[in-house]
Amino acid sequence: MANSSITQSTSRKGLFARGRGAGRQLEWWQQLLLQVFCLVVAVSVLFPIMWIVTLSFKEAGSPRSSRLEIIPSSISLSSYQAVIDQPLSKTAGDISFWKLMGNSFFLAAGVSFFSVMIGVAAAYAFSRLNFVGRKFLFLSIGFILLMPGIATLAPLFAMLAKIRTSLEVLRIIYFVLAGLIVTGLILMTISRIRSDDFRAGSIAVVFGGLAVAGLLLWGGLGIDIPKNAKPFDLGRSLYGVGLAMISGALPFAIWNLKGYLDTIPKELEEAAIIDGASPNQIFFRIILPLATPALAVTAFLGFMAGWTEFALTARFINKAENYTLAIALQTMTGQYTTVSWSNFAAMSIMISLPVSIVYLALQKYIVGGLTLGGVKG
Amino acid sequence: MASAESSVERASESDLPRQSWWTRTRTSRTAYTYLFPALIVMAIITFYPIVYQFWMSLTDFGPSSINPNVANYKAPNYVGFENYRLILQDKLATVDADLNSFRFWRTLGFNIWWTFSNVIFHVSLGIVIAVMLNVEGLWFKKIYRAIYILPMVLPQLVIATIWRNMFDAKEGAVNLFLKIFLGPAFPEAGIDWLQRVDPVAFGLPLSYFAMLIANIWLGWPFMTIVATGALQSIPKELYEAASIDGATGWNKFWTITLPLLRPAMVPATILGIIQTFNLFHVIYFISGGGPLGQTEILVTQAYKLINGNSLFGIGAAFSVFIFIILGCISAITARISRVAESYDG
Repeated sequence: MANSSITQSTSRKGLFARGRGAGRQLEWWQQLLLQVFCLVVAVSVLFPIMWIVTLSFKEAGSPRSSRLEIIPSSISLSSYQAVIDQPLSKTAGDISFWKLMGNSFFLAAGVSFFSVMIGVAAAYAFSRLNFVGRKFLFLSIGFILLMPGIATLAPLFAMLAKIRTSLEVLRIIYFVLAGLIVTGLILMTISRIRSDDFRAGSIAVVFGGLAVAGLLLWGGLGIDIPKNAKPFDLGRSLYGVGLAMISGALPFAIWNLKGYLDTIPKELEEAAIIDGASPNQIFFRIILPLATPALAVTAFLGFMAGWTEFALTARFINKAENYTLAIALQTMTGQYTTVSWSNFAAMSIMISLPVSIVYLALQKYIVGGLTLGGVKG
Repeated sequence: MASAESSVERASESDLPRQSWWTRTRTSRTAYTYLFPALIVMAIITFYPIVYQFWMSLTDFGPSSINPNVANYKAPNYVGFENYRLILQDKLATVDADLNSFRFWRTLGFNIWWTFSNVIFHVSLGIVIAVMLNVEGLWFKKIYRAIYILPMVLPQLVIATIWRNMFDAKEGAVNLFLKIFLGPAFPEAGIDWLQRVDPVAFGLPLSYFAMLIANIWLGWPFMTIVATGALQSIPKELYEAASIDGATGWNKFWTITLPLLRPAMVPATILGIIQTFNLFHVIYFISGGGPLGQTEILVTQAYKLINGNSLFGIGAAFSVFIFIILGCISAITARISRVAESYDG
């Protein structure tokens, strides 16, 4: 045994070679055992997925099969068509599939954009600046993160449901927001032009900002105010759900981004500080560009949570026009439901596909961040 | 105090010009400028609700206490710790007859058991599979890795509803699968995974085991990913040295692999404990806490109090219990892993 490491390096190609090192070969029975093990695991992972895929490819409204099928025997997209035509049963409410998707997208995108934008500034402060109360604030954010969103559902609902306003006020809020964005953009452009630093990135920001402001104006003008309209009820609208979701999404974004920012080497900033850069310049010129993948991942994780958010939406929303995909899926679940299983399967796949594809594309960054988040508690 | 401070300042002014308070707090001010938007938002919709919740928990806040503009408005009355008493003594049925299967201590006990039974499976399976996948010379490694990540990629809500469908008593995939294997031994009416009331083992109903299966499926890939990352950073020389000393594969696993996995696995396990403790989707969509509230966990119970029964005051008191319990759990786990130190980072 003592000189086995020496002989290994010369005769590694033999079928019975032992030891570790590049190009190590397993004995056939080891390979076989491992392959069987890995295959069993793979089959168990794929079983539910194949089951639901097979179900979704059945004819719409076909009866439940009493035979186990996990490989589609024929492919029919009629279930998908049926779900898109009429996602909810007649009794549950009248809303189109695209409206459901739009509502889910509005919630998910709005919540994740808002929390990442605010969160990254706070994360920068926690990661790089020293201030009074830093540890206390950060720990209290961590404590909030431990709490499930449902644990503050009662006060959030009671609070938000009290806020009712007329639609005119909502329109004014829209216009004020648009005005603030435009003012900010003008200020930024002026300062950039004066410091002779107006580049392609700035143009992109200006156009992006103008587009958002335009959308706000359009949305404000588009609010339809009928005569003797009921007041706008925040607790019963998607805005209310969004606010309630931000209460959990923002601490998550801060915590997650702080973890990422901590991994950015400090040497870059130290060099910049020697050159006389201010904290603002460090934030905008060094940290933000380097943190782009982290921003994308955090925004995506927030999006994924919002895309399938159920508990808050089900409590707040009481009108079919504000339903989301998650609510629609829930009405299709259950033993006594009249909805065909193939429709349920098609709906599950249509909800999962967009987020799953992005997840796989961002997988490398997400996994790095998850283990990082794990290390940070 | 003020005079003492100013005298110190005057004394130091003589030899070195001392910076003014305004200059000294400059970094703090910059920091708070960055924090300002987040703090404002969180103060209004995160921290204030927690305080408000405590006040709500001391009142009989009900469904008609929400909107002061409707005819049947009833202002919430201060009732002291009545809600807490009702919860701890399982007397909620006196408020709402739907709640007669509510048992606080059983729910808490089940929640803790649910968490630990799941996390033990997640961690051990995660490590075993990661070690197997990490064996050098294994064929099709990349394909396996791509498949194994799938449970993490799908939204949890969808996974839960799919498993709910698979555990259906008549045409569910699990029963159809068992029928193939058991053949004639399979009961004619099928196995009623989710509704069977009488306990099958350890005093737990069948729906617990159904959810355990579903949640093991859901949870191990995360642990495998964490363990794989840690495995790849273990230097090969350690194993070579151990082989020279005559260690068997089993020895190496216990003396090298496991101890070196620990720094990565402890925080991941703590994360898993917190997540599983609050795992709303799996419980709510698969068993719905049934049968007869036997598989209810704290979050699903709180949600039912607030959403199903609209008992906001009692729901708030229940949520305060959740806060306290999670606070204890996190204090214990933080002590174990000394996470507190790494905050300084």
